[in-house]
Amino acid sequence: MSTATTQKITLAKGLNMGLRKAMEDDDKVLLMGEDVGKLGGVFRITDGLQKDFGEDRVIDSPLAESGIVGTAVGMALRGYRPVVEIQFDGFVYPAYDQIVCQVAKYTYRSQGKVKMPIVIRIPFGGGIGAVEHHSESPEAQFAHTPGLKVVACSNPVDGYWMIQQAIAHDDPVIFLEPKRQYHADKAELDESATPEPLFTSRVVRPGTDATVLAYGPTVKTALKCAEAAESEGRSLEVIDLRTLSPLDMAPVYESVRRTGRCVVTHEAHVNLGMGAELAARVTEQCFYSLEAPVLRVGAFDTPYPPSRIEEEYLPDLDRVLDAVDRSFSY
Amino acid sequence: MSDPASPRSDTFGPDLAEVFGPSQSDGGPDLVQLLTPEGERVHHPEFDHDFSAEELRGLYRDMVLTRRIDVEATALQRHGELGIWAQLLGQEAAQIGAGRALRPQDYVFPTYREHGVAYCKGVDPLRLLGLFRGVDQGGWDPNENNFGLYTIVIGAQTLHATGYAMGMQRDGVVGTGDPERDAAVIAHFGDGASSQGDVNEAFIFAASYNAPVVFFCQNNQWAISEPIERQTRIPLYQRALGFGFPGIRVDGNDVLATYAVTKAALQRAREGNGPSFVEAYTYRMGAHTTTDDPTRYRLNDELEHWKLKDPIERLKVYLRRNGLVDQEFFDSLDAEAKELGHHLREGCKALPDPKPLDQFGYVFSEMTEEIAAQRDGFAAYLESFEESHA
Ligand SMILES: Cc1ncc(C[n+]2csc(CCOP(=O)(O)OP(=O)(O)O)c2C)c(N)n1
Repeated sequence: MSTATTQKITLAKGLNMGLRKAMEDDDKVLLMGEDVGKLGGVFRITDGLQKDFGEDRVIDSPLAESGIVGTAVGMALRGYRPVVEIQFDGFVYPAYDQIVCQVAKYTYRSQGKVKMPIVIRIPFGGGIGAVEHHSESPEAQFAHTPGLKVVACSNPVDGYWMIQQAIAHDDPVIFLEPKRQYHADKAELDESATPEPLFTSRVVRPGTDATVLAYGPTVKTALKCAEAAESEGRSLEVIDLRTLSPLDMAPVYESVRRTGRCVVTHEAHVNLGMGAELAARVTEQCFYSLEAPVLRVGAFDTPYPPSRIEEEYLPDLDRVLDAVDRSFSY
Repeated sequence: MSDPASPRSDTFGPDLAEVFGPSQSDGGPDLVQLLTPEGERVHHPEFDHDFSAEELRGLYRDMVLTRRIDVEATALQRHGELGIWAQLLGQEAAQIGAGRALRPQDYVFPTYREHGVAYCKGVDPLRLLGLFRGVDQGGWDPNENNFGLYTIVIGAQTLHATGYAMGMQRDGVVGTGDPERDAAVIAHFGDGASSQGDVNEAFIFAASYNAPVVFFCQNNQWAISEPIERQTRIPLYQRALGFGFPGIRVDGNDVLATYAVTKAALQRAREGNGPSFVEAYTYRMGAHTTTDDPTRYRLNDELEHWKLKDPIERLKVYLRRNGLVDQEFFDSLDAEAKELGHHLREGCKALPDPKPLDQFGYVFSEMTEEIAAQRDGFAAYLESFEESHA
C-alpha cells in the first residue's frame, strides 16, 4: 500500500528532504558549510540543494569553522536563517567560542531585541571506523550552555520533521545527527502526517519492568536491548529523549514511577555527561518509586580510542543489558 | 623609548629595518595625512576631500563632545558609578572620521571602545554606560541606529560584520548604482585583535565572497601591555594584500584623513568592489581601561611624544588660523559639552538596576518551562524573606 505522500527513506534522505522543504517554505533559509554545495556534503546530506537553490543559498564556505558560525551570526542579524553544517563533531571546537559566546548569548545580551535563528548541524557519534576527531559526542558541552537548544534525531522520520522544526524555531538549535545511522535503516515517511512538537521526548517502546533512556545512536541499541530482554522475560520501556536542552522529563518521570528502574545510555563519556543530569533529575523526582539507583552506560572517560577497538568503547547491547541486570539485582 | 612603529629586530630574525626601511614613528611614508600635527593642510593625490567650513566645524565639535563623553565616563568610574570604562582619549579623530563617513544605511560592528562612532550613529551616549555600570549588556537596539552591540570577545564581531555584509549582498543593496540604496558594513577592532583567528577568518570570508565590509583597525600601539611588535612583524595595513584586498594606513589622529579614507573604502564596498582594510595609526593616550596601569609598561616620553599629535588641537589650530571659527563658536560648544556632561552624570545615576527576576528573561526568544520554573522558585524564595520580615 503506497500513497503519493508515503515513501521509504534513510535518515540521510529524510534530512535532505527536510532541508529542501525548509528552503522552499522560507527563502531566508541558507545552508553554509564546508563542501555542502557541489559535493552535497561529505555525507551527501545537502545533495542536490545547491543545484536547485543556487550558490547564494547553499554556500560552500572557506575551511574555517569559527568563520562559518561567526558569519552565520551576521547573516542571522540581517534577517536570514542560516543552517550551518559542521563536517564532523570533532571539528566544532574551533567554532566553540562563537557558539557559546555569541550564538548562545545574543538574545540575552540584547534583551530580546535580537533573535538568533541559527541551526548548527553536527554529525555526531562513532562506530564508523574513522580516524580520531570523527566520532565524538560533544552534546553535554552545548547542553550545559544557556541560550542553546540541543536536539538529537535517531531515525529517518524524525530527521525529516525535526530539521524543519529546528529551522523554523527562533532560537539557536544544535542539531545532532547520528552519523552511523545516516544510511543504515529505512523507515516509512508520511509527509502529510502531523509531526510531534520539536522539544519533546517519546516512548518508542512501551514496557513495564525498567525504563531505558537513550538518544541519537543509542536509541537503536536500546531497542535491540529491549528485544533481547523480552526473550528473558523482562519488559523494558525505551524512551527516545530527542531533546537534550530543554529536557522533556514528564514522560520520563511517568515511566520511571511505573517501572521503578532507570538505565541511561549515551555514547558520550559518563563523567558529567547527559546521564549525570538525567540521573539527578530522576532521583529528585522519583525517589520513592525507585527500586535501584539510576545507572549510566556510556563511553569511558578516555579520548575516543583507535577505531579497531571502538566497539569495546561504545555502549553496546551487552553493556546496556548488563546494567539492566544490575538494576534488577538491588 | 621603544618606537612603536619601527619593526624591532632586537629579538631574533632578520633585521627588519632593512626590509621595511628605517624607524617610522610618524607612521611611515605610506601614511595618508591631510592635516599635519602642526595644523597645516596637506594634500594627498588619492584621498582628498574638499571640506566646507561647516563640515570642519562639525568634525571639531564631534571630537570635542566625544572627548567629553570619555572624560565624564572616566570620572563616573572614579566616583564608583561605573565598574569599569574603556577610554578612547586620543582616538577621537579615528572614530569621528570613520563615524561621519558612514551613511544611515551602513551598519557598524563595534568592539567596546567605539563611543565616538556610536555618537555619530545617533546612539545616546548614556546608553553606552549601562554595560560598564552593569545594568545591562548593551542598552540600545542595534537595528534602530544600525550600530551593533559592544563585543567583548576580541575580534568576534569582525565575522558578524562579514556575515551581515554577505546578507546585504543577498538583499541586493550592494552595487545597485543608487547611492541612496547601496550599503556597506564597517567592523572596528584593535591592533591586538589583528592576531585573533576570527579576524583572519573574517578577512578570508570577506575576500572570498567580495563582501561589502570595511575592516577598520585602530592601531593604538598597545593591546593592554602588549606592544604592537608583539602582534606583527610588518606594518599592519600590509597584511591586507596577503588576503587579497587593499590596505591603507591613515593618520588616525587626523580627522580629515580618516574621514576621506574611510569614505573611499565604504564607497568601494557599497559599489560592490569588495572589502578593504583601514589601519588608523593612532595612540591610546589614556589607560587601556580604568583598571589598567600603563606606567608599568609604557614610558612617559612616548605619551609626551603623542600628545603633540593630539587630534583635537591640530584641527583647532587650523580652524583658528584660517578664520573659520570665532569665540562664539567655542563658547556655545563649551555650553553644549557641559550640557552633555550633565546628561551623562545625572542619567548614569538614574539608570535603573535590573530586578532580580530580570535575569531569567530573554535567555531564549520565548521563556522555556525550565527557566520559568527556576524563576518562579527563586521568586517564592525571595518572597519568603519578605514574609518573615513582615
Ligand atoms: C578573546 C579575548 N582575549 C582576551 C581578552 C582580554 N582583553 C580585553 S581588551 C584586550 C586588548 C585588546 O587590544 P586591542 O585589540 O589592540 O584593542 P584596544 O583595547 O587597544 O583598542 C584584551 C587582551 C578579550 N576581551 N578577549
